[in-house]
Amino acid sequence: MLHEVGLHARPSVKLTQLAKSFSSRIEFASAADGPWTDAKSIVKVMKTRTPKDALLHFRAEGADAQAAVNALIALVERDFETGP
Amino acid sequence: MNANVGIVIVSHSPDVARGAADMVRQMVGDDVPLAWCGGAPGGGLGTNVEEILAAISRAWSDAGVAVLVDLGGAETNTEMAIEMLPDEKQASVVVCDAPIVEGAVMAATEASAGSSLEEVRRTAEELKPA
Repeated sequence: MLHEVGLHARPSVKLTQLAKSFSSRIEFASAADGPWTDAKSIVKVMKTRTPKDALLHFRAEGADAQAAVNALIALVERDFETGP
Repeated sequence: MNANVGIVIVSHSPDVARGAADMVRQMVGDDVPLAWCGGAPGGGLGTNVEEILAAISRAWSDAGVAVLVDLGGAETNTEMAIEMLPDEKQASVVVCDAPIVEGAVMAATEASAGSSLEEVRRTAEELKPA
C-alpha cells in the first residue's frame, strides 16, 4: 500500500472501478489471513478504512484472475492515479 | 447514447447539488450521465418539478436514471416529476433512499461499471445505517 493517505474515497473508487472491469471474483485484505473484502463493492471497500502504509493483499478466482491481480497491484503502485 | 445508468442530484440548495455533482465528476469520472438541480427561481432554497424533469432528461440513459434527493420536498417533487414522465419511462427512474452526497458517489461508481439500475440503487442504499 504505497498510497500516502490510505483507501480514502478516490482511491476506493479507482480500485472498485478497476476490479469491476474483470469477471473474476476479487478480494483484498490488509492482513494475509483476512478478513477479506469484496473489491467490487464500493461501499464495502470504503468501510474497510484501510490506513496508509497498510500492506494490501489481493486474491482473485476466475478466468482473468491473474490479470486482475496484476492490474490492481499496478494501480496501487501508481498511487491510484490520484494527484497530490 | 450512453449505456450506463444516469445519476440526478436534487437538493434544496443549488450549491449542495452542484457540489455533490462536482464530487461525482472528480471521483468517478465522465462515464456516467449526470445532472443536478436545486434552488428556487428567486435564488432561495427549494426544488421544483419542472427542473427535476429537465435534469432527468439531461441525465437520461436507456439503462435508467437513479435520483438522489435531500429532504422532504425534494423527494415528493421528484416523485411527482417521475409520475409526469411518459408511462414507458417511469419504470426506468428510481429514487434512492440514501444520503445525497455519499449516495451519489456510490451510485455513480456502481453505474460507471455498467451495472443495472437495480444494482445502482442497491449500492447507494447499502449506505443506510443498519
